Amino acid sequence: MCLAIPGRVKEIYPDHTADLEIGGVIKKASLELVPQASVGDYVLLHAGFALEVINQKKAEEIFQAWEGK
Amino acid sequence: MKYIDEYRNKNLAKIILKQIDGLSHQPINLMEVCGTHTVAIFRHGLRKVLPPHIQLISGPGCPVCVTPIRYIDEIIAFAREKEFIITTFGDMMRVPGSTSSLEKEKAKGADIRMVYSTLDALQVAEDNPFKKIIFVGIGFETTAPTIASAILKAEKEKIKNFFVLSMAKLIPPVLKGLLESKEININGFLYPGHVSTIIGSQPYSFIASQYHIPGVIAGFEPLDILQSIYMLVKQIENNQAEIAIQYERAVKPEGNEIALARMKKVFNQVDSDWRGIGRISRSGLEIKEDYHPFNARKFAVEIEETREFEGCRCGEVLRGIINPPQCSLFTKICTPENPRGACMVSSEGTCAAYYKYGNNI
Repeated sequence: MCLAIPGRVKEIYPDHTADLEIGGVIKKASLELVPQASVGDYVLLHAGFALEVINQKKAEEIFQAWEGK
Repeated sequence: MKYIDEYRNKNLAKIILKQIDGLSHQPINLMEVCGTHTVAIFRHGLRKVLPPHIQLISGPGCPVCVTPIRYIDEIIAFAREKEFIITTFGDMMRVPGSTSSLEKEKAKGADIRMVYSTLDALQVAEDNPFKKIIFVGIGFETTAPTIASAILKAEKEKIKNFFVLSMAKLIPPVLKGLLESKEININGFLYPGHVSTIIGSQPYSFIASQYHIPGVIAGFEPLDILQSIYMLVKQIENNQAEIAIQYERAVKPEGNEIALARMKKVFNQVDSDWRGIGRISRSGLEIKEDYHPFNARKFAVEIEETREFEGCRCGEVLRGIINPPQCSLFTKICTPENPRGACMVSSEGTCAAYYKYGNNI
């Protein structure tokens, strides 16, 4: 039940909701918990709410750690 | 999909597995606390590819599974009253109560609606001003802020027919309960990534300092889980006990402070009953007095007497003491089509995962 999936913020509306693009599908999400999110960011969507903005730099570290080993 | 596909890279998985194998050959028991991890581990066949001395044990992190029958009966009691519309996440529909389930009540005519979000439940309230809308507030710290947000929104927008039946639960207290029971022998914890997105890493620190058990907050893709296991085994080999974050792209040490503030505003931490585990101190969330108008428990409903199904060993499965095949009902009487316990109903239940992915064990 704690599933959350990454989606890209496409458009932000004045009521703190946004359109997220997830695998080519547009889903509505509330950005109330992540007011810092901007268009182009990836956020984690859980039960209609974005829980966090994905940290792109941190996301790549796993590959730097293991590639070439 | 970005942030998913690249974390399923088979070549990197092989490299990490080789490194894990090279680290240690002593028997190691790791508990994956979260039901979403259990499903990911089975789906990707990770148990099968890990070295045999590393055992993964499923923990109590499936909200549907740990909700006691009495709470299911409570929802059913509301559903049987014509003045209410029940809104719930779909997972709850088939969970057996003492004599019925939400699915059965719906078939008999109760107005029960599956929603994807608390905001959808609020919308049902706005669309049905002459009905009382009950939202079944089940979930852990991941979901609790979304429940709190809906209550705050209902207050702000003066929606007076929206009520929450809070069944929300907290992960760190139940882990403390499990450790205190001394029934389990765990060398390391894979902590839930999305619960930790909200709470951060600090709430687990007592497990490292008081029980000397290391923990890693893990993401949900195969490379995340394998890297987390590597980080845990390394700590165990070095006799370290720290809380590390593998899922750094989504988890900050301090968590999501806005979400935490909302939870704190709306909920009190209260003692709570966990199915198969018992009452755990300060492990549940109840709506604060300030938000009493939105608390469904202000209405009196008659809850039937609790009847447990004999032979169901869901509780021992939830505590990580037995594996589902050790239960005599498993696959013989209890199946996903005809579940006897909640661990078989929820897609995240350990019994359901064993049933579905039996070949991947």
